[in-house]
Amino acid sequence: MRKEDFDLISNILKERSGLVLTEEKIYLLESRLTPIARKKGLETLDDLINEIRLRRKEDLLCEVTDAMTTNESFFFRDNTPFDLFREDVMPSLMESAVASKKIRIWCAAASTGQEPYSLAIILSEMEAKLNGWTIEIIGTDLSQKVLDKAKSGIYSQFEVQRGLPIKLLMKYFTQAGEMWQISEKIRKMVTFRPYNLLDNFTPLGSFDVIFCRNVLIYFQQDTKADVLNRMHRQINTKGTLFLGAAETVLGLTEKFKPVQGKRGMYHTAEYSSQVRKVG
Amino acid sequence: MKSCLIVDDSKVIRKVARRILEELSFDIREAVDGKEALDSCHEMLPDVVLLDWNMPVMNGLEFLKALRASAGGDKPVVVFCTTENDMSHISAAISAGADEYIMKPFDREIIESKFSQVGLL
Repeated sequence: MRKEDFDLISNILKERSGLVLTEEKIYLLESRLTPIARKKGLETLDDLINEIRLRRKEDLLCEVTDAMTTNESFFFRDNTPFDLFREDVMPSLMESAVASKKIRIWCAAASTGQEPYSLAIILSEMEAKLNGWTIEIIGTDLSQKVLDKAKSGIYSQFEVQRGLPIKLLMKYFTQAGEMWQISEKIRKMVTFRPYNLLDNFTPLGSFDVIFCRNVLIYFQQDTKADVLNRMHRQINTKGTLFLGAAETVLGLTEKFKPVQGKRGMYHTAEYSSQVRKVG
Repeated sequence: MKSCLIVDDSKVIRKVARRILEELSFDIREAVDGKEALDSCHEMLPDVVLLDWNMPVMNGLEFLKALRASAGGDKPVVVFCTTENDMSHISAAISAGADEYIMKPFDREIIESKFSQVGLL
């Protein structure tokens, strides 16, 4: 691939999504964009790049960004954050939010919906304790295409076997031919909306828990810091942030602090210093 | 090292499953049907059984019921691994005492995911 072609695409991606494409990811460009070229009746990836260069059509740029930023997701991915959510975050929120009985959760890179639905399943499993509580789960993603799939709640046999215990499959899914659909009850617990992490978060309101896993890794340092600082403005003082196992706030922001012994879990700096004083 | 008994009448499936599970550090034994699997269990109980459903002589569900009814037979973790992928089969397997259920075709990730859910990894 020619350097000017690579630069063209990587600049488009950076501008539109924050994604930093490094040169060792050229293979990803080829494997993900060639199908788009074919679909458009173009013979090669080079033809597609020329088309982009000449016309810069919005729908094509969208499709390219979608293809490059869509990543595989699975239910209860990495387990630990979900265990912490169930055993740590929810019990303490149920104390701190007892007056309002309202909890708001944001999955900031919801992709095809497995993460917010995993949280909805956890909440459904503890529903006896949550009588009278209003819990909102908002799943956002840059790509409308993945959100459409998320909303449908329909997954392949492969997808429902990655991370989802069989007993939860039996309880919360119905079979539709070769596919499995998550129950309406769980679907209704999650609201999906398209959102770019580079945009202003204020319209989303404030949250008690933010899941932002495995997306910052694709950003440059200054973008990571900016996203985290803006998330801090949307999170309540006693809020919790979850990042992916390979991600951290260290060296990026002072506004969140890692929670000792709880991998991937971060408290606001304000809450963290309160906890330390009490502890 | 944990032991796994792979029960499947297909040589190819046994080979694929063996390769994945050996990479996950399991000590492997194989059986070609439920009867052979039961004999193997009477000799020595494995930590986990990866179990096909449709096999000659004795099928997977019959094996599971016989295993669970035998002395110490409640201990091994049993993971079904079958092309039977409808809810009624899944329910029947879980009611008979299966711990997990894999619908074929499977890959390494699915085996890993299911085995870690039942605490084997």
